[in-house]
Amino acid sequence: MSKGLIINCDEATAICNKNQYKEASLWEKIKLSVHFFICKKCGMYSKQNTIITDACNKHLHKCEAEHKLTEKEKKELQVKVIEKIK
Amino acid sequence: MAESAKHILNPNNWVNAHADYLFNYAITRVDGEELAKDIVQETFFSGLKGQENFRGQASERTWLVSILKRKIIDHYRKINSAKGKAEVRVNFYQEGDKKGNWIEERVPRSWDNEAEKNLENQELKSALDNCIKNLPEKYRIVFLMKTVQQYETEDICNELGITASNLWVIIHRARHQLRKCLEDNWFAK
Repeated sequence: MSKGLIINCDEATAICNKNQYKEASLWEKIKLSVHFFICKKCGMYSKQNTIITDACNKHLHKCEAEHKLTEKEKKELQVKVIEKIK
Repeated sequence: MAESAKHILNPNNWVNAHADYLFNYAITRVDGEELAKDIVQETFFSGLKGQENFRGQASERTWLVSILKRKIIDHYRKINSAKGKAEVRVNFYQEGDKKGNWIEERVPRSWDNEAEKNLENQELKSALDNCIKNLPEKYRIVFLMKTVQQYETEDICNELGITASNLWVIIHRARHQLRKCLEDNWFAK
């Protein structure tokens, strides 16, 4: 990452991605705002990125359902473990 | 008295008592049921081998989970070194005057306004699922842990044995790939 205020598009979109999780620092956000001022492409990227986050929030849900092994799988596993114990 | 407070191991009952829990834990962190099952099995085998290392301070389950976590990190290291470095489609110039600028054909295209407004659409959900499925395994896992399960950055790093800057590079690439895929298959179709 460059130290100055001016960043390139790769760095700008990286900050933009981090910002989707509200984890960009203040300094990063300042650099991003300055970048948006001079770069429309990244402005568009950012807008679309927010839409993707919204879509994820709407459609992907934390899977509350427990994943379980079937009885058969457990029996097989039990056999293998017991074999190892012996 | 102190003796009774100590936890003991009862391997005969491991599958019964912990297999589902460990499986459920593994499946959200590795790719697919078969792999999760294998990792649970390996965890039990390692546990059997390492029984003498169990000090009885933690519960049996906590101890098994710590072994499982190491197995997941091992798996993660394996896929990290095997592939994944070269397969990333770059969006930006890597060298020269234009370093870090968008490569022309990778610049975001403008999206269809109607598609943007219509986020509830169920077909969007299947496009999204497909695009996520197409991400490389390690990208998908990190992306889902962060975005859907909403783990803290630090927790993901500890569990997967990566640094925070690794994590953000992975998220960066995953989201670039995801955006492009959704653009091609949904928003700018």
